[in-house]
Amino acid sequence: MRLDVKKTYKLYIGGAFPRSESGRSYQVTDARGNFIANPAQASRKDLRDAVVAAKNATSPWQSATAYNRGQILYRIAEIMEGRTEQFVAEIKALEGLSTSAAIKQVHEAIDTWVWYAGWTDKIASTSGSTNPIAGPYYNFTIPEPLGVIGIFAEQKPSLLGLVRGLAPVLAGGNTAVVVASEKRPLPAITLSECFATSDVPAGVVNILTGSTNELIPWLASHMEIDGLDISGVDVKKDAEIKLAGTENLKRIHRFAQANSPHRILSFMEFKTVWHPIGI
Amino acid sequence: MSSSDKKFEYAPAPESTAIASISSDYGLFINGKFQAPHSKKKFESINPATEETLAKIAFADEVDVDKAVKAARAAYTKVWSKLSGKERAKYLFRIARLLQERSREFAVVESLDNGKPIRETRDVDVPLAAAHFFYHAGWADKLEYAGYGTNPKAHGVVAQVIPWNFPLLMLAWKVAPALATGNTVVLKPAETTPLTALLFAEICQQAELPAGVVNIITGDGRTGSALIKHSDINKIAFTGSTEVGKMIAASVATSQIPVTLELGGKGANIVFEDAPIDQAVEGIVNGIFFNQGHVCCAGSRLLLQENIHDEFLHKLQIRMSKIRVGDPLDKNTDLGAINSAAQLAKIHELTKSGESEGAQIWSAPCELPTKGFWFAPTVFTGVTQAHRIAREEIFGPVLSVLTFRTPQEAMEKANNTPFGLSAGVWTDKGSRILWASQQLKAAVIWANTFNKFDPASPFGGYKESGWGREGGRHGLAAYIKGAH
Repeated sequence: MRLDVKKTYKLYIGGAFPRSESGRSYQVTDARGNFIANPAQASRKDLRDAVVAAKNATSPWQSATAYNRGQILYRIAEIMEGRTEQFVAEIKALEGLSTSAAIKQVHEAIDTWVWYAGWTDKIASTSGSTNPIAGPYYNFTIPEPLGVIGIFAEQKPSLLGLVRGLAPVLAGGNTAVVVASEKRPLPAITLSECFATSDVPAGVVNILTGSTNELIPWLASHMEIDGLDISGVDVKKDAEIKLAGTENLKRIHRFAQANSPHRILSFMEFKTVWHPIGI
Repeated sequence: MSSSDKKFEYAPAPESTAIASISSDYGLFINGKFQAPHSKKKFESINPATEETLAKIAFADEVDVDKAVKAARAAYTKVWSKLSGKERAKYLFRIARLLQERSREFAVVESLDNGKPIRETRDVDVPLAAAHFFYHAGWADKLEYAGYGTNPKAHGVVAQVIPWNFPLLMLAWKVAPALATGNTVVLKPAETTPLTALLFAEICQQAELPAGVVNIITGDGRTGSALIKHSDINKIAFTGSTEVGKMIAASVATSQIPVTLELGGKGANIVFEDAPIDQAVEGIVNGIFFNQGHVCCAGSRLLLQENIHDEFLHKLQIRMSKIRVGDPLDKNTDLGAINSAAQLAKIHELTKSGESEGAQIWSAPCELPTKGFWFAPTVFTGVTQAHRIAREEIFGPVLSVLTFRTPQEAMEKANNTPFGLSAGVWTDKGSRILWASQQLKAAVIWANTFNKFDPASPFGGYKESGWGREGGRHGLAAYIKGAH
């Protein structure tokens, strides 16, 4: 009989897989309460490192062409497809789902990447405009990425919830710091292994595992975070997060579950450019 | 040089105030009628150019605010929400036409109450306000094509608080899209500039706008605070300082009320070495001295490429010396009065900090009137990014000059601010304009022009300059449920 080689679940920051600088980890159990893994419990310092990585990645990610970003998002779907079995096993264990329900979740997550991959080079066309000014000026409005977005991924479904939050943020050209589902963080780490191998530039996605409540104040008040998706946080925390976010007027949103271009635009800003027309 | 020693003087060309029908005493405009405030308290609105009292203005307290919100709610439920978009449109068209018909009167009253030159109220504030109503009138029955779903819905009652720098224009920016999308409104104009809003109440009456659709309550910050904290409003729209904007954001943290904020700025106006210098000088002057610099999107930081600094500054100072400061009602006046004693004190405080922190001050030689609030066109050179005059919004006719060597450095300096409202780019090179437009973290980029506005063009802020857009198709989102 051969002994399994088990995976060490670590954080994903700046394209690397560090343990928490705090040295902390926490126990994750399956739906029946049996031990599965000791993922890293991210600290405030880890979060700040993740924001630095995300901030540094904004320029290369924003200056990539929309076509290129679309191909990278599609590449994530390709890599995920090959890891379906691993995702299914993790989801089954953590969420106590049947095989078919877990497969359905993985497929939906993959298809979500494909859907948003197609949006990268269309969102400016469907939401931008040229504006007929009463005067000799050419004037146009285009959406631009906000910058660094903090995402509290939905607690469940663990994989699909995260992808629903992250894919539109990346499609819009933002970089992200994600706090994974606290009790079901393993698919998030497996997903970050997909990012590391699908041409997503280092730092564009950073994934933290650990205590959501512990990380809320630091992510909500961080001055380099431009927007927050708080879909994965208890509504009772809304006021605390929004209050902390006012210091730099973060754009803070909670979403219904469906995929929508609205989710992309929630983390984009409209820019309007004027130029005189003349000979 | 003998001929140039003779100073060329303009003869005074004052606009007559005979057309302005200002009452001595104004009530609150609630439910279609002017009424006395609950507290019976009044405050004065003065002419900042003469310090003379223009009118007594009612102070609205919480009881009045509640009354206004109730009127707006009733109007929404019983009348406005039942009206078709086509009929709403016609009310807005009527308002636009009435504003055009009474434009001269509005221009004079705005100049008297605000202190801005009649040339600007006549050519910019009032025509743009009318255009804003005309533009949004056309949207009222076409909202299903605006990209916010096939059945876009209004919020209901909207609370709107506006500043004193463009009193009527800011009213138009707020009221026109709110009504077009089917909301009713409670609007609080600024404490120092309520008159054109009260005149606008008359326009609502003349347009036979159903009672309660627009309510105008006057007062100070306490009135505004009571309005945005009222339990029966569905949406808040605020234009003003970033400080107050953050307070509003904090105060609605516990509620689900959607908020749009249009806040402060510290716009960079960047001049590259290849720019047409004379044209750029005009643009820089317009960028900072338009409306006495009381403009949130003012180009208050001039970024000059180092090798053109001396030449540019020389030409700028010559041009600044020609700026005519004085009677706002004189049709030749370029720079009017500072809006209030408080604002003048703030400008003095910040310019003093500029001097004490080591920047060099130069003011245009001009005679300032003895009465009223005035500040000469002023430029600071040798400004560093750490100086308060490079970081804080002065909101006055004061320009801070910084230099750069490379385009990349220009972008870094321009973006080194928590604000993100506007930026200007002056260059002859098309590719550089588009590159800079991409790099600049600001919502409005004026390339080889500055301080241009149009109802069809979205306006707003990145970063701490605000949430949301006003104007254009994008501005409608603020007043449609679920669209932001």
